Amino acid sequence: MSTETGTSYDVDQTRTMTMREAIREAIREELARDDDVFLMGEDVGRFGGVLEVTAGLLDEFGDDRVRDTPISEAGFMGAGIGAAATGTRPVVEIMFSDFLGVCSEQVMNQMAKMRYMFGGKTEMPITVRTTEGGGMGAASQHSGTVHTWFAHFPGLLAVTPGTPAAAKGLLKSAIRSDDPVFFFENKMTYEQQGEVPVDEDFTLPLGEARVEREGDDVTVVASQRLVGESLDVAEDLAGDVSVEVIDVRSLYPLDTDTLVGSLEKTGRMVVADESPLSYGVHAEVMARMMENAFFSLDAPIQRVGVPDTHIPFSPALEGEVLPSADDVRTAVERIA
Amino acid sequence: MVAIDIETEDGRREALRRMLTIRAFDSAASDLFADGEIPGFVHLYIGEEAVATGACAALEEQDYITSTHRGHGHCIAKGLDPTFMMAELYGKRDGYCNGKGGSMHIADVDAGMLGANGIVGAGPPLATGAALTAQLKGEDRIALAFFGDGAVAQGQVHEAINLAATWDLPAIFLVENNQFGEGTPVDEQHNVQALSETAEAYDIPGFSIDGMDVTAVYEAVGEARERAASGAGPTFIEAETYRFRGHFEGDQQPYREEEDVAVWRDRDPVESFKARLVERGELTDEEFEAMRESADEEIEEAVEYARDAADPAPEEAYDDMFATVVPEIEQFAARMRADGGAER
Ligand SMILES: Cc1ncc(C[n+]2csc(CCOP(=O)(O)OP(=O)(O)O)c2C)c(N)n1
Repeated sequence: MSTETGTSYDVDQTRTMTMREAIREAIREELARDDDVFLMGEDVGRFGGVLEVTAGLLDEFGDDRVRDTPISEAGFMGAGIGAAATGTRPVVEIMFSDFLGVCSEQVMNQMAKMRYMFGGKTEMPITVRTTEGGGMGAASQHSGTVHTWFAHFPGLLAVTPGTPAAAKGLLKSAIRSDDPVFFFENKMTYEQQGEVPVDEDFTLPLGEARVEREGDDVTVVASQRLVGESLDVAEDLAGDVSVEVIDVRSLYPLDTDTLVGSLEKTGRMVVADESPLSYGVHAEVMARMMENAFFSLDAPIQRVGVPDTHIPFSPALEGEVLPSADDVRTAVERIA
Repeated sequence: MVAIDIETEDGRREALRRMLTIRAFDSAASDLFADGEIPGFVHLYIGEEAVATGACAALEEQDYITSTHRGHGHCIAKGLDPTFMMAELYGKRDGYCNGKGGSMHIADVDAGMLGANGIVGAGPPLATGAALTAQLKGEDRIALAFFGDGAVAQGQVHEAINLAATWDLPAIFLVENNQFGEGTPVDEQHNVQALSETAEAYDIPGFSIDGMDVTAVYEAVGEARERAASGAGPTFIEAETYRFRGHFEGDQQPYREEEDVAVWRDRDPVESFKARLVERGELTDEEFEAMRESADEEIEEAVEYARDAADPAPEEAYDDMFATVVPEIEQFAARMRADGGAER
C-alpha cells in the first residue's frame, strides 16, 4: 500500500482509525479551525447521529454550531443554502441518502444553480453528508445509493471515499471548498479501519483518484465499500492475476487521467460501484475510457453494481442484489 | 440606499419616487416584451409597488431579502440599479447576472438581494438561512422573504417558517396576497380566511395589512424588524394587494373581469399615496409630474444602455459553474469548440 498517485502523505505519522472516527475527526477539526463552519441535521446533536458519526460534537461545540433540526429536509437544506450564500460554511447531514428526494428542489434549483445564474457573484460553500448503501436489512427506503444523481447534476461535486484516510482528507477539503460538495458515506464502511495521517492540515484534493494497490493485468476502479472488497480480491488472486485497485474517491470531478493511465498499463478494467448499473458511474467511467484509451483495451470493460433494482429487505434478497467481492472476482476472471 | 424614514417629508417623497421608478421600469418592460425586445418570461409588479417599497424602506442596508418570479419591484426597492437590471432583462454581459439570470433571477448578494426565483416557495428557506448566518455571526442583520399567496401552499415555506420560529431567527415572512396564483383566486387555494392565520401554527405574531398603503407596510415591517433584531424571532405579515397586469405578459386573463380590476385600480398605491401627500401640502401636482418624468427618463436611459450593451461571448456559457475549476467542463467545451460547436 505504498503507491502514491496524485497525492502523498507520510505514512509514518498515521493513526489507525475507523471510517466513522475519521469522518468525526474531520468535522471536529474543521469546526475548531473555522468559526464559520457549523453542522446541522436531524439528531446530529444530542443523539449523536443515528449512525453515531457526530457523537460528542454537541458537547464540544454547543448547540449554535451543532444544530438539531426539525424533520424538514427541504427547510433546513434550504436554510443551509441561504446560510452558505451569506457567509457561513454549513455541513448539512441528511440522515439517509434516500431522503435527499425530499429536498431535491432546494438542491437542484437553488444550490446547484445560484452561482451560475447569478453570474458567479456568490459562492456556495456547503457540504452535504449522507449515508448510502445496503447491507443492514434497512429495506428500500434506507439503503439506496443515489450518488449518480448528484454526480450527474451540473453545479454539484460528488465524493465517495473508500478508506478512512480518503474520508478524512476529502471531507476536510469539502468543508473548505467554496463549491457545494455531496459527501457519500457507505454505511457498511463505518467500522472499516485504516491508517489516517495525524496532521490536522492533512487534506486531499477533490477530483483525484488513488491507486491503492498496483497490478499489471486488470484494473479495478472501485468506490466506497467495494474498494476494500476489491483489495481483498486482489490479494486472493495474487499469483494468478495481478490486479490494480483504484479508489475513485471523487465522482465529480472524476480523475480521468489516473484511470486512463492504469488502463493503458493493464488493458483491462472492471468498474465496481454500489449503484444501479444503467446510466451511472459505471457508464461514465466506461465512456471516458472509450474516449481516451479505446486502443488500449484488450477486453470489454466489465461493470459490477446493483442490477437496476431497489434494495430489498430480506437478507436473502439483499445479498442477491448487492455487489460483493465475489462479483468483483467473477468480473476480473471473466476478462483476465 | 435602502432604509428611509417615512415619518419625514423627505422620506415620504423618496418612497413615492421609488414606487414611480418601479412603475416606470415595469411599464417599460411590458412594452419591450410586447415588442419582442426582451426574451423569456416577464412577470410585472404593477399595482403592488407599495409592498416592496414600504418593506425595504423599513430595512437596513445590510439586511437580506429573497424574492419571487415577480421580482423587479423588490430589486428596485432594495436599491439595485435599474440600468443593470434592464441589462439583465436583455441578457447582456453586464446585467446583474452577466446575462445568465434574466428577469426571473436578478440577484445582487452584495446588496442583500438573494435572488428573484423561478421556483414558487423557494425563497423562504433561503431567507431562513440568511437569518441563521446573522444569528451565528452575531450580526445586526435580518432577512425578509417576499412570497406570493400561491406560495403559502408550498410545504417548504412552512418548513422554513417553523425552523425560523423554533430557532428565534431574525426573519420576516411577508406574503404578497395579490389575490391570484396564476389564474386561480386565493380563496380557492387556501381554507383559511386570512393567510396570516397560518402564523398561529408557529406561535409567532401574524397579521394582515393593507398592501396598497406604503406607510402601513412600512410600519408593520418596521415593527417586525425590531422584533427580529431583538432576538424575539420571526413575524408573519400578509399584505393585501392586487396585480394590475396579467400573471405574465401575454396572459389573456380569462379568469377575471375588467370591472374587478377597476375596483382595485381605484386604490392604485402610487396615486393614492400621491393624493395623501398633496392633501398634506407636501407635494404639488407639478412636482409629482416632474417626479414621474424623471423616473421615466431614468428608465429610458436604462433601456438605451441595455440595448447598446454587449452580449456575453458564447464561451462564457461555461463560466461560473464552480469556484474551483473542474477539468470536465474545460475538456467538453474545448472539444465542442474544436468541432466548431461553440462558434456561431
Ligand atoms: C414550484 C413551482 N410550481 C409552479 C410554478 C409555476 N408558477 C409560476 S408563478 C405561479 C403562481 C404563483 O403565485 P403566487 O405565489 O401567488 O405569486 P404571484 O404570481 O401572485 O405573485 C406558478 C404556479 C413554479 N414556477 N414553481
